Amino acid sequence: MSEFIRALFEHPFLQMSVATGVLASVACGVIGTYVVTRRISYIAGAISHSVLGGLGAARYLEVVHGWTLLTPLGGAAIAAVLSALIIGVVSLRAKQREDTVIGAIWAVGMAVGILFIAKTPGYDKDLMSYLFGNILLVTQEDLWLIVCLDLLVVATGLLFYNKFLAVCFDEEFARLRGIRVDFYYLLLLCLTALTVVVLVRVVGIILVIALLTLPAATAGQFSRTMLRMMAWATAICIFMTTGGLALSYGPGLPAGATMIVLAAAVYLASLLIWR
Amino acid sequence: MNHVEPVIRMDGVDFGYDESLVLENVNFTIGERDFASIVGPNGGGKTTLLKLMLGLIEPRRGQVCIFQTSPHRVRTRIGYMPQHSQLDPKFPVCVLDVVLTGRLGITRTIGPYRASDKAAARQALHEVGLAEQESRPFSTLSGGQRQRVLIARALASQPDLLLLDEPTANLDLRVQDDLYELLRQLSTRVTVVLVSHDVGFVSKFVKTVVCVNRSVHVHSSGDLDSEAIIRLYGRDVRLLHHEHDGPCTHR
Repeated sequence: MSEFIRALFEHPFLQMSVATGVLASVACGVIGTYVVTRRISYIAGAISHSVLGGLGAARYLEVVHGWTLLTPLGGAAIAAVLSALIIGVVSLRAKQREDTVIGAIWAVGMAVGILFIAKTPGYDKDLMSYLFGNILLVTQEDLWLIVCLDLLVVATGLLFYNKFLAVCFDEEFARLRGIRVDFYYLLLLCLTALTVVVLVRVVGIILVIALLTLPAATAGQFSRTMLRMMAWATAICIFMTTGGLALSYGPGLPAGATMIVLAAAVYLASLLIWR
Repeated sequence: MNHVEPVIRMDGVDFGYDESLVLENVNFTIGERDFASIVGPNGGGKTTLLKLMLGLIEPRRGQVCIFQTSPHRVRTRIGYMPQHSQLDPKFPVCVLDVVLTGRLGITRTIGPYRASDKAAARQALHEVGLAEQESRPFSTLSGGQRQRVLIARALASQPDLLLLDEPTANLDLRVQDDLYELLRQLSTRVTVVLVSHDVGFVSKFVKTVVCVNRSVHVHSSGDLDSEAIIRLYGRDVRLLHHEHDGPCTHR
């Protein structure tokens, strides 16, 4: 641990990694709370896996056709929002087919990504860092994009807090109060999509769903209101990402996986304490 | 009873979820400051009737008028209390925040609630006798307290019509009594319509009984007699006599 703290002062890349974890935690705490209370974890799972399609396509265009406008993270954002809207619209139009669509988006997104990556010359390392994340390789550019997404997600999530609370707690009542419930549901899915993109940089596609739900679920054990749940989820998430990074640094473990195991351990402990 | 301008009016309403009709040729009116209960057997169409009044579903034929217009256009004047069993019991929300959601549609679109919203919510909580409990988590309340919070939420919008779906389901008798007394007091100010599965109990409190079993018959509660109940529930029903304040004569 002391080795990590010493390294933190020496290496700017490590400072960027910690900053990324902290910034991602803010979006994670706010949106994760909505995801857990509205019970849309599996939609978040499908969105995160479909992100591979966007990452793969953007990387392919960059390497093969020399497109520099669309960064992999930008491609991920487009794929995520697109998947969110498809799942959202289908589930609003035909409720009974929702799980089929979630499964389809989940797998098709990955398939598209794998096809693009196969046709992109270069290392397969790309694939591994997309799937499992690599917080140590965050660039300055990534960090700025994460700051922008963070501001957008958190500002929207808090400005419409009353509406989201009403929709998550009692959708029918919210509808009767004249709230456009369908619009807020789609907005929530889009915010979830953007949060997923931020988190993909931290822990990778496969592990996103755990970081999105475990801190919020832990906070939900003892929080009296949603606002407090968001604050606690953010704090817990900061602890998970920074703690995971610190624990993994010395022994050279993958940081993302360490964060998730830590998050699961804390959640399990919270279940035992507040059962 | 002479209702000059009925609050609720149904004209020749048919409704069905599929080919068969749940409600057929429904005609009735409810006047201002009435205290009415919708009663009838399970599956007879009680909740369906309530949903028609809320505009959550559209009639296949006929017309539903609330305050002389379609339910959609007067939604903000209607206070609604659903069955609380369909809510997530672990949801992290405090009592005041639940009641405040009743202010949506009145308050501003973006940002936090206004001071006037909080005042209205606190007034509603005071009315249902839960003023001291505003910061308690909703999940820690008893069944009766939750029902009261949901009534306060409906009242927070300062409605002219209050619609309640089984407000006394799963409550013990003493709590039921208290709740009906509260609703009776409210009915001196706003029109109150509730759904109940318990015809005998409810007729002690309400002024009007709306009997629903595919067709709809409206009685004043003093006039509800065994013949009407048998017609509602079918021949097999066995009647247990209970005390009545007035003489039982059918219209």
